[in-house]
Amino acid sequence: MNINAPMPGTTGATAAPLLAVDNVTLQYKTEHHLVTATWRVGFEVYEGERFVLLGPSGCGKSTLLKAVAGFMAPVEGQIRLSGKQIDRPGSDRMMVFQEFDQLLPWKTVLGNVMFPLLVNRRMPKAEAIEHARSVIAKVNLTRFENVHPHMLSGGMKQRVAIARALAMEPAVLLMDEPFAALDALTRRNMQEELKALWDDVGFTVLFVTHSIEEAILVGSRILVLSPHPGRVKAELNADHLGFDDIGTPAFEKLHRRIHDLLFADKVETALAPEIQHG
Amino acid sequence: MADIAQRTVRMEPPRRPERMIELDTMGAVGDAARPLSLVERLLAITLVRRLIVLVVLFGAWQAYATYLDNNLLFPTLTETLEALYDAVVHGPLIERTLTSLQILLTGYVCGLALAGIFTTLAVSTRIGTDLLSTLTAMFNPLPAIALLPLALLWFGLGAKSLVFVIIHSVLWAVALNTHSGFTSVSPTLRMAGQNCGLRGVSYVAFLLVPAAFPSILTGLKIGWAFAWRTLIAAELVFGVSSRSGGLGWFIFENRNQLEIPSVFAGLLTVIMIGLLVESVIFRSIENITIRRWGMQS
Repeated sequence: MNINAPMPGTTGATAAPLLAVDNVTLQYKTEHHLVTATWRVGFEVYEGERFVLLGPSGCGKSTLLKAVAGFMAPVEGQIRLSGKQIDRPGSDRMMVFQEFDQLLPWKTVLGNVMFPLLVNRRMPKAEAIEHARSVIAKVNLTRFENVHPHMLSGGMKQRVAIARALAMEPAVLLMDEPFAALDALTRRNMQEELKALWDDVGFTVLFVTHSIEEAILVGSRILVLSPHPGRVKAELNADHLGFDDIGTPAFEKLHRRIHDLLFADKVETALAPEIQHG
Repeated sequence: MADIAQRTVRMEPPRRPERMIELDTMGAVGDAARPLSLVERLLAITLVRRLIVLVVLFGAWQAYATYLDNNLLFPTLTETLEALYDAVVHGPLIERTLTSLQILLTGYVCGLALAGIFTTLAVSTRIGTDLLSTLTAMFNPLPAIALLPLALLWFGLGAKSLVFVIIHSVLWAVALNTHSGFTSVSPTLRMAGQNCGLRGVSYVAFLLVPAAFPSILTGLKIGWAFAWRTLIAAELVFGVSSRSGGLGWFIFENRNQLEIPSVFAGLLTVIMIGLLVESVIFRSIENITIRRWGMQS
């Protein structure tokens, strides 16, 4: 599982970063406060990376992902995808949400996966059906192609959401704690499936989680954020660790290291105002 | 614990012989799965039970009317049905019904179109939201029929006035329900839609409308019921001068001529059309949409 040149199907490893988040400060309004979610956060994601944003709740990792998706604009700094500034939501940054209701309940599994293809007029309908079918096969849902989402289990719904995102072949796949609402066994399964899918397809993914273990398992590079407001604490490599390494000293060591990084914030967090946002 | 265990004498269950039973006939118990009797199966069908209720009601009607024996006040069921048959075959009932339905549909469709414009405005701009909220707050409690005198003044006696009051009765109910449906669409679904590339009109048409469809359908039903009642009431008030009157006019006309069985026949027609739209048209729309999508059980 040790991939030293993680750039499948790209021009070169030393090319410019695909996604550049440059000194980004994000703020949003609640009823009584103007909350600063992140403070001058900067990082770069290269093509083919599995980049994880890791931090406790309140570190602005989800807000950061929403900004990359184009749902909110930074008050300071810039977010650029392939050199172009992001100013609105778009299907070159398909997002997988944590909530199961992200699927359109009035469309079947096939209809859901085809939906963005048709909305963006990416290809004619017949071709879109073909393409959607092949992606659905990749997430092992061929048998459920013509089923409406309410008949599916939580894990299956998330697989449909992943298929819908992957079918668009986005420049970067955004995942906002996609497995957090699943039971422990399904979650592990999904993590392994995601990794297998990445080995197979080779997409770029920006993944938000608050689980250290998930970050190490899924990610090739981990950005550790501190809370209130979110600031970059560290950027670590985790590409050398996979599912076979669970329980090994190397895995435990990295786990411990990240844990200590996050734990150092504890005093600070306790003093911070009670603002809950992931 | 140890104390108690030592003090109590432990009861040994008695050792008993095994038993084997030869199964031959079940006799009185019968088969494990016995098909339900015809009556039981029939009673499981909602329609059959409803029909039974209906038959009982009709029976009561017939019995009471026969006992009363005064067809100026309360004609019997058979007299009513005769009048209905007569009005359908020889009389103007079909024509009157069609006139009513035509006006109703015109008003209904116009009302829906206006509701669509208002709610689209309301979801796209904040001032649109305020406009819709204020207007619905003002006009929703105002019974459409109360506007009829004004409508007659503005549009004269005729279909135009009727269409106007129907639009008023449909518009606010539908707009209110649609808008509340739009606002209750989950933020995740909204973001997912925008993420897929929907914006502007396509966002409303392909995301908000289907996502809010349960509320929209409720609005359509309420709008329909309001429109139907308003229409019949309005026709009763001024059907007098219009030559091609509707069902309300049919009822009014027959009452004036003391053809009470025909009045009953008219009322029966109003009820039947209401039932038909509610339980056939709206029910089938529900079955192929929100029930299938799991948005309503």
